[in-house]
Amino acid sequence: MNLKLISIVLGMAAATYITRIGSQVLFASAGMPAWMERWLKHVPTAFLTALIVPSLLMPEGRLDISLGNNYLLAGAAAAFIAYKTRNVLITILIGMTVIIVLNRFMPF
Amino acid sequence: MKHVNLTGGLPKPNAGVWKEAVKDCLPITTGIIPFGLTCGIMGRTAGFSIFEITFMSMTVFAGASQFIAIAMIGSGITGWWTVVFTTFMVNLRHLLMGASLSPYLLKLSKPLQYLLAFGIVDEGYALTMDRIERKGYDPNYQLGISALIYIVWVISTFLGAYFYNVIPNPLEWGIDFALPATFLVLLIPRLADRTSIIIFLVSALSAVLGALYLPGKWYIILAATVAAIVGGFIEGGSKDES
Repeated sequence: MNLKLISIVLGMAAATYITRIGSQVLFASAGMPAWMERWLKHVPTAFLTALIVPSLLMPEGRLDISLGNNYLLAGAAAAFIAYKTRNVLITILIGMTVIIVLNRFMPF
Repeated sequence: MKHVNLTGGLPKPNAGVWKEAVKDCLPITTGIIPFGLTCGIMGRTAGFSIFEITFMSMTVFAGASQFIAIAMIGSGITGWWTVVFTTFMVNLRHLLMGASLSPYLLKLSKPLQYLLAFGIVDEGYALTMDRIERKGYDPNYQLGISALIYIVWVISTFLGAYFYNVIPNPLEWGIDFALPATFLVLLIPRLADRTSIIIFLVSALSAVLGALYLPGKWYIILAATVAAIVGGFIEGGSKDES
């Protein structure tokens, strides 16, 4: 067992836990200010968008808005299915099928 | 203490909530397993033992930061502070998630708060907020979701590490598309009014700009902060407080 690696991992675990418990510790005694609650209401929408959009528009790390971007095409298909069905499993299955077919069979 | 805790902690779990958590979690695990396998594979490639990399998934439980740390260590950057501080920065977005869950978490007992905080991850947060919107907050639900994601994450890391020279890298199949697809199903029902669509556009633009010009996961923090503030101003201006 490599003690240096283990000590790095433990440090990472502590640092990560601080980011997770930080807000509770900060707001525990004073409570959360009302204006902040109003802003935080929108965090989920903004956050989901921030997770999705770059992964579809820049799968290789650079902006790629073209028909050659399989993630964008599969993302458009998945967004449509998600809108129609609101069903996670169907959306994943169709989206994955689209991306695997595109990755395998499209020549660009 | 302002919040009075009537139950002393976890409300009595009922089988319905657990079933619901399992049902909501299963599709999302399709997105988590390939990342866990890849984490195990990358860890072994970078020189971790099976135990060491599984131990990392058990104690850190934060995919993106683990990948970055593994890549750093694999390329010879092994300074304790460098890796730990990078991890901290990559995971700062948890502060936002924790803050947005705070109104619910702060009503729970301290031990339960500390336990639920450990389980805050992107996927679990998204599911918990979705549940709040539909049916309200239930700590049993959040606990169930977090526990399942945790178990799947740890086991798939272990399997990836164990079979690392047998299985090909699952992210190369395009299977990493499962997570954005899942998030789309959670996002689209939220885009029902003008404010939400503006938030979507602002967040999308800031995220892309941030991803182009900022290091690591900072784009998520930037986009979520900017878009939430814009949303707050729009609502404050239209003065129909609900």
